[in-house]
Amino acid sequence: MTLSGWARYPSIDAEVSHPIDPQDVLGRICDTGQHPQIARGAGRSYGDSALAPHVISTRYLNRCLSFDESSGVLTCMAGISFADILSVFVPKGWFLPVIPGTQYVTVGGAIAGDIHGKNHCQEGSFTDHVIALKIATVSDGIVECSRERRPELFHATCGGMGLTGIILEARFRLQPIRSAYIHQTTLKAKHLKEALELLDIHHNATYRVAWIDCSSSRGSLGRSILMLGEHAERGGLSPGKSGRLIVPLDMPGWVLNRYFIRAFNSLYYNRVRKKRTQGLIHYQQFFCPLDSIRHWNRLYGKNGFIHYHVVIPREASLEGLPAVLRRIVASGHISPLGVLKVFGTSNANLLSFPLEGHTLSLDFRLDTGLFDLLNELDRLVLDYGGRGYLAKDAHLSEQTFKQGYPRWPAFMQVRHAYGAEKVFHSLQSRRLGL
Amino acid sequence: MQHILIIGATSAIAQATARTFAQRGSQLYLIARNQERLSSLAEDLKIRGAASVKYGRLDIQDFELHEAALNAAFAALGTIDVTLIAHGTLPDQHACEADFTTTLAALNTNAIGTASLLTHLANRLERQQSGTIAVMTSVAGERGRRSNYVYGAAKAMLSVLLQGLRNRLHQSGVQVLDIKPGLVDTPMTAGFKKGPLWTRPETVAAGIVKSLGKKKPRVYLPWFWKYIMLIIRGIPESLFKRLDL
Repeated sequence: MTLSGWARYPSIDAEVSHPIDPQDVLGRICDTGQHPQIARGAGRSYGDSALAPHVISTRYLNRCLSFDESSGVLTCMAGISFADILSVFVPKGWFLPVIPGTQYVTVGGAIAGDIHGKNHCQEGSFTDHVIALKIATVSDGIVECSRERRPELFHATCGGMGLTGIILEARFRLQPIRSAYIHQTTLKAKHLKEALELLDIHHNATYRVAWIDCSSSRGSLGRSILMLGEHAERGGLSPGKSGRLIVPLDMPGWVLNRYFIRAFNSLYYNRVRKKRTQGLIHYQQFFCPLDSIRHWNRLYGKNGFIHYHVVIPREASLEGLPAVLRRIVASGHISPLGVLKVFGTSNANLLSFPLEGHTLSLDFRLDTGLFDLLNELDRLVLDYGGRGYLAKDAHLSEQTFKQGYPRWPAFMQVRHAYGAEKVFHSLQSRRLGL
Repeated sequence: MQHILIIGATSAIAQATARTFAQRGSQLYLIARNQERLSSLAEDLKIRGAASVKYGRLDIQDFELHEAALNAAFAALGTIDVTLIAHGTLPDQHACEADFTTTLAALNTNAIGTASLLTHLANRLERQQSGTIAVMTSVAGERGRRSNYVYGAAKAMLSVLLQGLRNRLHQSGVQVLDIKPGLVDTPMTAGFKKGPLWTRPETVAAGIVKSLGKKKPRVYLPWFWKYIMLIIRGIPESLFKRLDL
């Protein structure tokens, strides 16, 4: 069947299997007729990281295995989604320590991409809360790993884009909450510098994120709306609901044109009138606003889009971020969604994305000349000491990747040690020379 | 608190349905063939909120063990409010054509075994004077097609059996629900190319839960299959026999 990532570029005709238990997975990875192969969770990585001629879907590996009510430690299979976990545990007063922009990712995918949320400075990335993993490997069969046991496998698998083996189970800690609601404070920033200052001033906020207008230029380059969040004490523990709105079919590519996007951004920015507003909103609305529109990826037309997500180290961001934004504005390519977040210190995972600094994510409709722009941006980001996010990537060159992720040789050693290099490959790993 | 019995509990649709019941705090009893999968599903359902989950192992082909398996379920739950029968296999039609033992095995699992379970169950519920029996049949049972008529015939037999049972149990206050899913994306249908008519097991599960306790005799899931089947049943045989379906 034809498969693609969430951004629907690129696509591949793949043979997909749906193992129903761990032994099934092991049989599959030992079957040499099924190589090269890669695991796939919910298909929410944006680019080509879960695409290969043979794909192992973790969709039926979706059970909770144990839960300790006193410590909040959950052990579950890798194919369970964050949405599923939240729907079960929010009513019991527990919350995921890290939530990305969509709750429809799986635990396995979240680990493989070492995903982060709006609280990276405080909580790190998702894998920083993972205690142990169970992985189906080629050389050693099903093994458990943690920071103490087989630490090299643990740190290669967390953020390893599925290239060390198939993640079967994970044990991680949930956090107690009193309410499913978030106290949101919204702040307006006239330009990028002010946005960065405001993000710094509010470094004590639990959650911090800025929507950034990537179509504004000159004096208002990078004007933003900041959203700060704190867990509320009241409001009840109602779980989320699945979205009612749906994009039923592909929109023609021209719908999201630059005039529309500029007008939309302008409206969005000016909709918030006051410098500072406050409100109480449900966690789903705060963390995953786009989840309320099912199949929103169809808005970009059938050719899909590119999600461009990079980090620039703190010492360079005041110079690097405007340089990136200016280059985008000058190119004529336009992103309807721009998100700016702050990263805390990085972790020990070999291919983990976060670096202490600022991270910017943008969506671009796939258009002629887009890849030239992206390559140019890649060089710019690299010059400032930054790098791109593999869970979103569909275009990075091998050279750019290897310069941005200097620990890749250590990653390859683990891949070799566990016999993974001949068996596990995605379109992405081929492109990046892994 | 509802008492729920699920047979074929590890099937994708049954599991999704069981989770809905678990989140409502029901007491569950599960029956399936694979011990390991049963125990891991039971743990999952407990974590999701089920008041209690017990289970028993049964291979549907072992007809002589059916009564004891059901007795164990009644012993565990006391009264049973809802029984969902969801076990089944999708036989390879070509293999059935080549070899009658394959056909027989498919009929035994999908029809005869279910008839056996229903015999014991109906007698118990008739005495209990309450409850719902919900059985997964299929839209495939509404018209024989060359691509899967063995499976279709088994499901057709079940639908007629359920009709009769409904007629019989009406006075005892027992609901007999015939669940007719269309194309559902499950491990059973893993080998098929999926198109826009395909549905996820969670959607079917939500439809099942919604139809329980109402006086409905049958439900098509999703709803549009009712109309698709209306058209398919309406095609004259002289034309139908020429079609490649």
